[in-house]
Amino acid sequence: MHIQEELSQRHVLSLTVSNEAGILARIAGLFTARGYNIDSLTVADITDDHAISRITIVTSGPPKVIDQIIAQLDRLVPVHKVTDLTEAGPFVERELALVKVAGVGEDRIEALRLADVFRAKVVDTTIGSFIFELTGTTEKVDNFVALMRQIGLVEVGRTGVVGLMRGKEAN
Amino acid sequence: MAEKSGADILVECLVDLGVEVVFGYPGGAVLPIYDALYNHPTIRHVLVRHEQGATHMAEGYARSTGKPGVVLVTSGPGATNAVTGITDALLDSIPMVVITGQVPTQLIGTDAFQEADTVGITRHCSKHNYLVKTPGRLAEVVHEAFHIATTGRPGPVVVDIPKNVQIATAPYARPELKVHASYRPQTKADAAAIDAAVEMLAAAERPILYTGGGVINSGAQASALLRELAALTGAPVTSTLMGLGAFPASSDQWLGMLGMHGTYEANWAMNQADLILCVGARFDDRVTGRLDAFAPNSRKIHIDIDRSSINKTVDVDLPVVADVASALDDMIALWKQRGHQRQDLSGWWARIADWRAKRSLSYPETGEEIMPQRAIADLYQACVATGKDVIITTEVGQHQMWAAQHFGFEAPNKWLTSGGLGTMGYGFPAAIGAQMGNPDSITICIAGDASIQMNIQELGTATQYRLPVKIFILNNEYMGMVRQWQELTYESRYSNSYSDSLPDFVKLGEAYGWTGIRIEGPQDLESGIRQMLDTPGPVIVDCRVAKLSNCFPMIPSGAAHTDMLLDPNQIAGIMSDEAKALV
Ligand SMILES: Cc1ncc(C[n+]2csc(CCOP(=O)(O)OP(=O)(O)O)c2C)c(N)n1
Ligand SMILES: [Mg+2]
Repeated sequence: MHIQEELSQRHVLSLTVSNEAGILARIAGLFTARGYNIDSLTVADITDDHAISRITIVTSGPPKVIDQIIAQLDRLVPVHKVTDLTEAGPFVERELALVKVAGVGEDRIEALRLADVFRAKVVDTTIGSFIFELTGTTEKVDNFVALMRQIGLVEVGRTGVVGLMRGKEAN
Repeated sequence: MAEKSGADILVECLVDLGVEVVFGYPGGAVLPIYDALYNHPTIRHVLVRHEQGATHMAEGYARSTGKPGVVLVTSGPGATNAVTGITDALLDSIPMVVITGQVPTQLIGTDAFQEADTVGITRHCSKHNYLVKTPGRLAEVVHEAFHIATTGRPGPVVVDIPKNVQIATAPYARPELKVHASYRPQTKADAAAIDAAVEMLAAAERPILYTGGGVINSGAQASALLRELAALTGAPVTSTLMGLGAFPASSDQWLGMLGMHGTYEANWAMNQADLILCVGARFDDRVTGRLDAFAPNSRKIHIDIDRSSINKTVDVDLPVVADVASALDDMIALWKQRGHQRQDLSGWWARIADWRAKRSLSYPETGEEIMPQRAIADLYQACVATGKDVIITTEVGQHQMWAAQHFGFEAPNKWLTSGGLGTMGYGFPAAIGAQMGNPDSITICIAGDASIQMNIQELGTATQYRLPVKIFILNNEYMGMVRQWQELTYESRYSNSYSDSLPDFVKLGEAYGWTGIRIEGPQDLESGIRQMLDTPGPVIVDCRVAKLSNCFPMIPSGAAHTDMLLDPNQIAGIMSDEAKALV
């Protein structure tokens, strides 16, 4: 007997939650307890009084599972609202990456040239290295990192995705 | 404003919330609370023998009274011992509040004596939980905890209180109920959904009402409304294990329980129905069997207070997110307003009559041994004959299924069993809790020889509080349900399923001051049962039953409703790995 995997789709979920002790463990633990995927998870408080946080989760699964994830998140007591940005309409998603690249001579120049194409900023430099700061979609960051790998990638730090619905309404 | 200690605030809240009984066990981290409860005029504390017992007692109390069960245990081992019962209450949606002591806040995280991460451990087996770090927050949290435990889909809520928070003081006034703005269970259905549900029901030619524990949780009114809707539509009614009693077993419209050990008629009617109205049930794997073969030609309406239960395993045509009583009330009102008449369902009932004619609950009887089914049937008759209110609890195994099949329930809250988690060790403490809440009822735990040993220590609790509970053990000297699966899947290799070295249950009971009765064979059955029911105090009955009987009908894991096994001769012996891999 072999275990079969189901086809999955990527979804970006945006949650507003009460900013209280254990909330992150509650959400992350729900994903592990029920066997859901987390590709990235970001959290930070978003109100003046620090009472509410926004959590953005990139997950993947078959449509039925995504529906379950939303319903399960929604019934957690401190969760105010769950929006599936992928379903709800056009939205903006960004992540920030710090990308350290080492190299000399032509590699160094090529790294700068590529950074320019990607609108990455140099935030640290030594004679033999740069750290680039890049924001963009996950795909854009992936592409940049892939190119840098060929030049002399040392290490990468990424924030994971945050997202908001387009248009003037709050979510 | 007068200041009070955290312990006094807690006890004051419990009084305000109408708590009459607390099931608990003391320890270092709850001593201040125990002191506040000392000689308390209104709150009765039941001292258990093991914290798991306390949780199941609270469940039994809750399920039989409709009020939340309350548990009080110490930190560390007290809290971890409570985890099974908390999980059980989560899976069966039982309202329960568990108060756990914790090491003082300044010691949290230091691996202090009897420190356990209680909120961490219980986060995913409770409906919600709290660590209260200041006495000033305590009242508000306790009130919210009870609100969350009892509203929406009920469940267990854990309140972890460090010892210094129990001792420190804070100004206290009875709090207003402040609930998380994000907690707002939907209890009233959308009008459009009710409208569609009524029209679908009115047009159905082969309808069936598939009901579950949600009807019980919704309160006595929900059961009354279910009966009314059944009368209006003339539809057959079946129920999950958890829902037994919501609809009377004596009704002509009753098909019996459905699912793995359900009746032939209930499962076939589900399979052949054109409309399934699911009321407070959740399409559990024990009910559906093989999913792709489940009720293939039906449209499905699902009434549930928990949206996450809808479309979780089975896709439905019409979700109705609401409290059962509210939704049924709305449906009945609209049905009447539209002037709908009962459909002519005679063709449908004729087919059901054919399935009933299979008499799927019948069992062979030689007269030499007591068949376990006979023991339950006789117990049922004897209970009816007492004319008294009877509450039945069960442990987990074959005896549980036989009890569900052969005991008839006429009213809600009289049948307490561990459905979702299937916890051996639930039944006996649940009976103690039910007896506490219903002093005038006859409370009987139908047990197995193996399960009863899982919380047998609570014999002392019943003795101490003079609770006249009865334990009726169907003693087959096996973990019968395990043995049955081994026959089905592993060519009868009985790996570790024989109950060796059983105690003498009669003497064991007597050692605790109980009456012990042994029923050896068919000739003693009636008199033994009568003696049990006539004895005023607690009684343990060791009823020796046929050792190798199996529970039928049975839908093996991964099989369709239509592939039901009706008798032992159909047992195949070896299953595919795919089927074996299912639970
Ligand atoms: C705590 C726990 N452990 C293990 C099981 C698995 N299990 C289910 S039924 C059963 C055997 C029960 O034996 P007994 O109480 O004698 O009941 P019988 O089936 O013989 O009626 C076991 C071990 C369980 N349900 N709960
Ligand atoms: Mg047994």
